[in-house]
Parts: sequence; C-alpha cells; structure tokens
Amino acid sequence: MIRFLIKGVLRDRSRSLFSVIAITIGVFLAVVYRGFVAGIFDDMLRQGAIMMTGHVKVTTRAYAEEAALLPMDLALLGVDETMEQLSADYPGMFFTPRIVFGGLIDVPDEEGVTREQGPVAAMAIDLLSSGSRQVELWDLENRLVDGRLPQSADEALLGDVYARRLMVVPGDIVTLIGSTMHGAFTTHNFTIVGTVAIGVGSLGKNLLLTDISGARQALDMADGATEILGFYTDMFYDDDAAVARAADYNAARNGTGDEFAPYMVPLRDQYNMGAMLDYMDVAVVIFIGVFFIVITIVLWNLGIMNSLRRYGELGVRLAIGESKAHVFGSMVIESTVVGIGGWLVGTAIGLAVVYYLQEVGIDYGAMMEDFNMPISHVMRGKITPDSFYLGLFPGVVAPVVGTMLAGRAIFKREMSQLFKELEA
Amino acid sequence: MSADSAIQIESLVKHFPMGGSVVEALKGVNLALGAGEFAGLVGPSGSGKTTLLNIIGGLDSPTQGSVRVLGEDLANKTHKQLADLRKEHIGFIFQTFNLLPVYTVFENVEFPLLLLNRTNGERQKAVDEALERVGLSHKTKARPATLSGGESQRVAIARAIVKQPSIILADEPTANLDAENSHNIMRILVELNEDNSTSFLFSTHDEKVMAYLRRTIHLVDGNITSDEVTTPSAP
Repeated sequence: MIRFLIKGVLRDRSRSLFSVIAITIGVFLAVVYRGFVAGIFDDMLRQGAIMMTGHVKVTTRAYAEEAALLPMDLALLGVDETMEQLSADYPGMFFTPRIVFGGLIDVPDEEGVTREQGPVAAMAIDLLSSGSRQVELWDLENRLVDGRLPQSADEALLGDVYARRLMVVPGDIVTLIGSTMHGAFTTHNFTIVGTVAIGVGSLGKNLLLTDISGARQALDMADGATEILGFYTDMFYDDDAAVARAADYNAARNGTGDEFAPYMVPLRDQYNMGAMLDYMDVAVVIFIGVFFIVITIVLWNLGIMNSLRRYGELGVRLAIGESKAHVFGSMVIESTVVGIGGWLVGTAIGLAVVYYLQEVGIDYGAMMEDFNMPISHVMRGKITPDSFYLGLFPGVVAPVVGTMLAGRAIFKREMSQLFKELEA
Repeated sequence: MSADSAIQIESLVKHFPMGGSVVEALKGVNLALGAGEFAGLVGPSGSGKTTLLNIIGGLDSPTQGSVRVLGEDLANKTHKQLADLRKEHIGFIFQTFNLLPVYTVFENVEFPLLLLNRTNGERQKAVDEALERVGLSHKTKARPATLSGGESQRVAIARAIVKQPSIILADEPTANLDAENSHNIMRILVELNEDNSTSFLFSTHDEKVMAYLRRTIHLVDGNITSDEVTTPSAP
C-alpha cells in the first residue's frame, strides 16, 4: 500500500515535483532573505566596529571611564604582552592596537613658514605589520583618492576634503603639533603620501591616518596604545558572546585596584550601541516576520489547494473501502514528506547563496562611484543558526496544516458530497 | 427479511438541507433485494436513485428508517465498520468511471485488493482474471487518460468485481457511453451476475440498461411507485 501511494505522489507532478519546487522556492527565499537582512544589519555594525568600537575594546579601566575625553595619559602600556595574552585567551578573535589622538597640523610653504594650519582628529592604526588586516578592513585601497598608502612610520594619509582645504597634495610634509601621553609638547613631521575619502560622518572630516609606529614616536608611547580593538575572525558580531567575554575578562581583573589594568568593553556598551542593537533585533523580527507570514500563507494555500483538487479521488478511495482515518493520514504523511523534501532542498540552496554572500559578497562599487555614504560597497549575507531550521514553518508546517484543514472535509462532509465535487 | 436478502430497507427517509429549506429526497422507501438479483432503480433525474444507492453503500446516512446490507444494520456501524463493509462486500461502478488518473489500468484494478492486504500473487491473479473478463488484458499498463469511455468503464467494472463482492451498486453506468459500448458493458455485467451470483442494483433512466433488468423498481419523487419482475428484452 505504501508503495502504491508513493507511486501516486511521484507520478502526479502537481503533488510531488511542483509542490517540492514551490516549497523549495519559498524556503529558499526565506533563508536568503533571513541571511540578507542579517548581513545588512551586520554590515551596519561592521563599519562602526572597524573604525570606532571593535567587537570588544580593551583600554585601561581609567581610560574607559573618561573615554569621551580621549585621555592619552590613561593609555595602555605593555600592549604587546596584553595582545599576546588576549590572542591566547580568545582564539576565535584577533586584536589590533590603535591610538586615537588630537592635535594641530601645520602646513609650511616653500620657505618653511606656516601656510595653513588646522586641527586634526588623528588615528594611528596598524598599517604596516605583516598579517595586519587593517588596510583590508578599512578598505583603504578603494577609499584612496590620490597618492598611495603609507609604507613607513613617518608617512600618513589625510582626509581628501581636508587636504584640499589645506591645499595639501601627496608628497607634502606637514607638522603635527600636540602633546605626548605624558603631557609634554611635541612636534613631529609626517609626509602625506595620499588622501582618502572615508565618508563616515565626522570621522572623515579632519582625519589624519597613520601607522601606529609613527604615532608612538610622535607621542612618546613606546609599546603603548589608547585602545586595543578585538574582532571576531569572521567579522560577524555576536552580542551575547561579546558581553559574556567582557564580563569574564573584567571579573578576572576585579579587585586589583589598578586603574591602569586592562578593561574590556563590548560593542554594546559603547556610544549607546546597546539601544541600536536592541532596535535592530526588533527590526529583524519585524522584517523577517512579515516576509515569513507572506511565504507561510502562500505555502499554506498550496497545501489547501492540493487537497481540494483531490476531493474526487478521496471520494473514490473511500467508496472502495479505505477508511477515513487512513485517507486523511496518507494525505498528511504525503504533505509532510513533500514539505520536508522542499525544505531540505530550499534550505541547502538558500544557505549556499548566503554562504557566498557571506564569504565573497557582491561588489556593486562600480554603481556607487559617485555615492559617498558610509556604507559598504559589498552586499553581504550572514548565515545565522536559525537559517538551518526557520524554513520548517513555511515549508513543512504551513502546507501540512493546509492539507489538514482541507482534509477535514473527509470527516465533516457526507462522502457522497465528495463525488458531487468530483463531477462538478 | 428472508435469510438470503442482500439488502433490506424499511421506511427509509432522507432529507437534505438546501439553503433555508429541506429537500425530501426519499420519503419512506421499503425495498428488499435478494442475493443474485439483477435489479434497477428507474426514474427521472432527482427522483432519489443515486441517494438510495449512496445510502445502501454507506456513503450517505439516512434521516430515518433502517437499512440492512448482508444482514448488517448500517445504523449501528461506525465509519470504519462501514468502510470495512464496502471494502469486503460492495463494489461501486460510477457514471463518470472515477478511475485514479495517475495509476495504470492494472493498478486501478489492484487497489481494492491492496486494501484487503492480499499477497502479490493473489493480486496479480485476481487482477489478470478481472481484466480478462472485461476484455482489457492488453491494456494493463495504460493510463486512464489514454482509454476510451467504454474501456474506462470496463476498467471500473474490473475494479468493482476484482474482490468478488456480494453486491455491486452501479450508478448510471452507461450514461457516458454510446449504444454499442452500453450493450457491451451490460452483457459483461449480466455474465458476472450469472456466473458469480453477485447482486446488482443499478440506478438508471437509460432504456438500454432497462432492457437487461430482471427486476425494475420505479422511483418517483422519493417514492417507489412500482416494483416488478421484468423479462430482459435485450439479446
């Protein structure tokens, strides 16, 4: 009997092939949409994390309390050792030091007399170490407007708009005027080797970007950094894990009373990002929820229509002597098997597409050449744990419930009515 | 009720709700059909023929009255018991054939035997015999869509007789057939009746069918107006 029913399903393409295709498409769209939305939101976080917060940020406890003032005198020292320890403790993450500081730059004329002068929001990141991912993460090669990237400690990049205002071109030497981490006056010459358009709000306006080794010389910060940023290796932020890691990390250093001890802050606890993360969680639920409801209704109707179409056949089977429970059960099992088939195929294809978006992405930078917004030019996806099973509801539960609703007719109606519907 | 009664009906009433009113399809029908009878319910459309067949087959339930089939009172039966009764003892032949379109001729005829859990060998033998009986041994692998109307009805007959039921209920079995096919079908059914002593109850208003009946029961507006033994006039 089971073989007989399987034959029927396989031969009736509208019950097997077309149903599997419809469910596959529905589940595929659901999985890709889920991955796409997760990718978009993650990309929004990623830009801020790369330039400002990291997925976690390690500073001294004192620096964390006064972070808005950029108190260089509270910076971390012994950074190499701290980084080694962090890398050993958190193998799924990588860490990079940076110095955030302010000052003036003085642009001399041909005779060495000040021609232009202005404030800079300077950032020193690890541009030169082998294995550093900062050039890639900042996407500096694409953001370079003129010149080239720094190749030595005394070279720097200047924000493109600011460079034009100060009439600085690649090759010009500018003097940084500021204070060391110990509060002493300092000047240091940097060769501007290129200009960049970072395009991320105020960060790009007066930006001076240099390698951390140059800043350490200029600011008398040997083996120092204002902060160490930590990132998950795959660059996808996991809020729960980051918060837990920070709590564990800080708990292990509590009670020392050392205000210069390393202190870890997760992305959530910086710049009010917690509220944004909570908003994004709600937004994801709404976006995904609406899409899922639509897909679920479509596949629910598929189940109903597939069963309604078969009332005549069901009537014949009942007339020949098959019991109502057996007919109903066979319909539900058939719908479940077809649904699982569509779910598996749709999930597999959907995950493959999202994986491609996650690992490679689609670069639409060519279409965005004149569009200077702080968004990535690469469309990304993200495989989330729920991507593996979220298709079960629209792909299996919805059509099965639809089939069960339609199948109620077997119990609710006189069997002779099923024949009338066949003949109609 | 005689000991060899196939069907015994007493004071059968059937009402159908229709819109806000109630249609009385059967108004106190009394009928007894003996084993091996070849009888027909004859009457115009809407006279209650199909309703009566459906109730006898347990596809519909009576509003009042009693129906006994092969000695079993249908009023006391659960859905499962009614299904078992149909599965083992009743064959249906429909006006529109009602073959399962995705299955071959062989598989359509085999289906009732699958419900009876017959073995492969038993099924093969019974299906071959049934198809040979209706002259379709050469069409075992054909799908219903490739068959003519006459062939489709012969497959439906093979499906009805393959389990050798005690009763066959045939609802307008020739309504969709031409004259030649109608006569062929009726000759097959007469042979089956004579060879197996299967009871046949037709519903029809087709004179070609009436010509084969040995008992004609006239049904008008839900009432039996005459019930007479007839001599088949067909050759």
